[in-house]
Amino acid sequence: MDLRRPPRSSSGGVEPKIRQVGFVTPDVSSEPPAPAVPAAAAAAAQPAASSAGSPPASDLSPGSLSPVMIPPPRHADHLAPGSPSPAASASELGDDESWSRAPSAAELEANKGDLAEIRNDNVSASIPQKQKTSKAERRAIQEAQRAAKAAAKETGLSGKSAGTVSGANPAMSKQAKSSKASQKKDVPQAASTAASEKKVTERPPERDRKKDAPHPRMQFDDVHRVEKAKKRAIVNQSEARNRVELFRHLPQYVHGTQLPGLESKFFQLEPMHPSVYKVGLQYLSGEVSGGNGRCIAMLLAFKEAIKDYSTPPKKNLSRDLTAKISSYVSFLIECRPLSISMGNAIRFLKNRIAKLPLTLSESEAKSSLQSDIDRFINEKIVVADKVIVSHAITKVRDNDVLLTYGSSSVVEMILDHAHELGRKFRVIVVDSRPKLEGQGLLRRLVEKGINCTYTHINAISYIMHEVTRVFLGASSILSNGTVYSRVGTASVAMVAHAFGIPVLVCCEAYKFHERVQLDSICANELGDPDIILKVPGKADLGHLKNMADNENLQLLNLTYDATPSDYVSMIITDYGMLPPTSVPVIVREYRKEQLWI
Amino acid sequence: MPDVQPLVREFVLKLKRRKVEGSHAVARQTAELLRSVVSQHRMGSTNQAAALADAIRGVGEQLIAANPIELAVGNIVRRVLHIIKEEDISSTAVGIEGLSVTAESDDEYDSENDDHPTLSAAVLAAHARNALRAPSLQTLLEDIPVSTALSRSASSAGDSDGKSGDKSSKSRKLKHDVIAAIGDLIDEIDTCYDQISEQAVEHIHQNEVILTLGRSRTVKEFLYAAKEKKRSFRVFVAEGAPRYQGHVLAKELVEKGVQTTVITDSAVFAMISRVNMVIVGAHAIMANGGVIAPVGMNMVALAAQRHAVPFVVVAGSHKLCPLYPHNPEVLLNELKSPSDLLDFGEFSNCMNFSTQDGTPLLNVVNPTFDYVPPKLVSLFITDTGGHSPSYMYRLIAEYYSADDLALILSISPSSSRTKAASPRPSPSPAPEKEEMSLTSFLRRLYSKNLSLHSGRLSSTCFLSLFPNFILPN
Repeated sequence: MDLRRPPRSSSGGVEPKIRQVGFVTPDVSSEPPAPAVPAAAAAAAQPAASSAGSPPASDLSPGSLSPVMIPPPRHADHLAPGSPSPAASASELGDDESWSRAPSAAELEANKGDLAEIRNDNVSASIPQKQKTSKAERRAIQEAQRAAKAAAKETGLSGKSAGTVSGANPAMSKQAKSSKASQKKDVPQAASTAASEKKVTERPPERDRKKDAPHPRMQFDDVHRVEKAKKRAIVNQSEARNRVELFRHLPQYVHGTQLPGLESKFFQLEPMHPSVYKVGLQYLSGEVSGGNGRCIAMLLAFKEAIKDYSTPPKKNLSRDLTAKISSYVSFLIECRPLSISMGNAIRFLKNRIAKLPLTLSESEAKSSLQSDIDRFINEKIVVADKVIVSHAITKVRDNDVLLTYGSSSVVEMILDHAHELGRKFRVIVVDSRPKLEGQGLLRRLVEKGINCTYTHINAISYIMHEVTRVFLGASSILSNGTVYSRVGTASVAMVAHAFGIPVLVCCEAYKFHERVQLDSICANELGDPDIILKVPGKADLGHLKNMADNENLQLLNLTYDATPSDYVSMIITDYGMLPPTSVPVIVREYRKEQLWI
Repeated sequence: MPDVQPLVREFVLKLKRRKVEGSHAVARQTAELLRSVVSQHRMGSTNQAAALADAIRGVGEQLIAANPIELAVGNIVRRVLHIIKEEDISSTAVGIEGLSVTAESDDEYDSENDDHPTLSAAVLAAHARNALRAPSLQTLLEDIPVSTALSRSASSAGDSDGKSGDKSSKSRKLKHDVIAAIGDLIDEIDTCYDQISEQAVEHIHQNEVILTLGRSRTVKEFLYAAKEKKRSFRVFVAEGAPRYQGHVLAKELVEKGVQTTVITDSAVFAMISRVNMVIVGAHAIMANGGVIAPVGMNMVALAAQRHAVPFVVVAGSHKLCPLYPHNPEVLLNELKSPSDLLDFGEFSNCMNFSTQDGTPLLNVVNPTFDYVPPKLVSLFITDTGGHSPSYMYRLIAEYYSADDLALILSISPSSSRTKAASPRPSPSPAPEKEEMSLTSFLRRLYSKNLSLHSGRLSSTCFLSLFPNFILPN
């Protein structure tokens, strides 16, 4: 973001103080209050503000989102030049020829420096209108905002933060106070509505900033909070037996399936949208799995829910819908803990809701949200995968022996594409209990006529002699370069590293997260422990059948593990191919953009 | 000799069909078989020891050829050969001492006698014993025969009594001594668990977290011993696909009241950062300190190295193999049935046999063993105590005589299917063209396995894996 700010601050002449106050938001986000709080705040505070508020408002092009609010979608520019609408880009995606080179061309070369330049260009292109506002006008806007904000705080919405604000910037707060006083006298009603608007529109930046440091996850060994959570729960959680001491802080896998219980509740769960409900059940039963699959299913369900949503009387769309989405999300969490990619997608959606211009009618807002969701799926997942494939394909040569672990959708696409291109290679599918996802992949590859070898993870040292490349998928990549992926990935990467075989991790950038992790224990997901006892096709392995309730026996079914970054040779993402050390750069540079697309 | 032949054949068949597996069982049965070979052996008038050794060697070759992967067979054969030599020398020495004449002995030791005609018999015997082993640093440096105390009681079992110089009694005595010594060897194989587990308390402290993979009886006894000494510790058991022996071990440990957590093999890396020590069993320990262990062990060892967790291998001395491994992942390995991993029927619908020219699309690899290089092993615990990997060659020299090491290479050309024979496995026999597609599919799956052996053995091995499968002729 630093890259973006200088041109603006120099040309716009915004006082550094103002940014100090705490709205350290990029140009774009500090602007929206103006259009978003059009008349209410401005009119309430000072007459000057109303004139200041108008120019940005005039930028609102009908039918589409405010160009001031959203920086020109960089992706759309790169991916589908001249066709910013999602439909157009989608049609282009259908064309196999174009995606393989067009999207990558710009991004491939886009090193950080280049990107910065592009970015600055874009910013400066979008900024001129804003800069037409004179310094005084801008000042007026700022003051109006501040006044409204202070008024909101004063009315008791959040007294504490108001104190910090005034403490941080006494000069501004003085003015704010004076304006607030007049405001209170004049139109207290307007002030309070303005405050409520403020809360919606102004908060997100603050929230964003807080999110820079990922908030701590729910720790399930905290009895107090677990009790609280249980009260709210829809899915009734039964206590798991014989918990593994090391993993008490994680949500325990709920013993037995709650499917029947949930199904019976289908008609009782009023607030739950049926499509969300369906997705929740699919998570629970394991029908939908895999990072991308789960994310897309969730987003589509939310899209359905938004389509059927109508704002209740006396409620505000953005607030009510956000609450709604939150309740959906907590239901989904109860069904299965969220993956990091889903968390990112939810963050995106909530951000979009919060950023909805108030001028939009309900139907317009809904359709814009739906198209946002579509665009997210398209650009962040579908197109990203294709870009990754186009990058990764350059690493597949004739007579290669490629090893993959488990079943990753991106890796499968890479292998398919390489096969379509007529590359002669062999695939080694390594699999492990209890999910045995590799068998599905193996079946699909063999059906396509790809030469495959199948083995289990214990034989990895045996098979690694033959391998020339290792392609792995990931559930998430954390900002210290740790690859958070299906359990066993770390072992595969480790053995490959020991044999000097390059390890290529394929992961869409929307799965990146600024969280850091060193081991696989602090954060993980526990699967069904009883599956460990059952070995398919081995009826004679009933050794532990009657032991499951023995207090000395614990069963541990981890779902993920963390691969240290030094085992990873390269990460292939939609921004190109990078070393694991560059992950924080991607996270930092593109996170904001991710939220906005 | 003819009397033991059926016994030998039966055991060879068992080995070939993999009816007897596991180093302990194999070692024990081999020793018992060799004992009966010795007892059935008719002693000639001259060169008894050499004749006996030849008989043992002949049987040993058959056994080793039957299952070259079971290194314990070769180990026991070499041990017995070593015993015969030692007994021969000690009885010779006793003979010298008793009669005060130059004893007749094998031509092999004549030169020794010629060189040192004036030495006392005891020194002579000691020197001869030394000659059996690889030269120690001391003898190399000082070039004088030093009488070293024999570590093994077995070799000196019979020398106290019987000072008769009578030839017939002497031959009987040699045989008797050898049989007794083999009996001691069997005892040693049986009691190695006790001796190893005695050391458990020295290595396991309170609240230790131990990780193990699969099931090894030695590990089980080791942990039991620590538990009996009131140590409380926690064990992570990786299940050890595709045999899932870890489940058995977990059950046994739980019954003993040990806190046990079963994890999948893939979770080893995730868990090893919280583990204090890895204790595993082995299939064989090679002379360089490398370990042939159940499949998956190299992964565990690498993970342990990454997190600086001690990797401890417990193994009885019958698992010490005097050979140096070459390409052990391939040459000292065995591929098992793919049905452990995939059901045969499961993928039949997506296989198109008509288009493929004998190279099916799907291969399934299911190896049995893993090779752990010595640098990944922190400690070996054998029945003689703890040793570092770099010391193993010396420990091994205690048990075997140097000229027996190449036992396998001396086999006649007809049985050249040996572990050390060729660096590259010989090509597998070309399958008959008219075989049905399933056969070629299965053959392909086993090509790696078959290429380890050749000729008849391959089909035997094949059939042993598929007892119900009828090869079309």
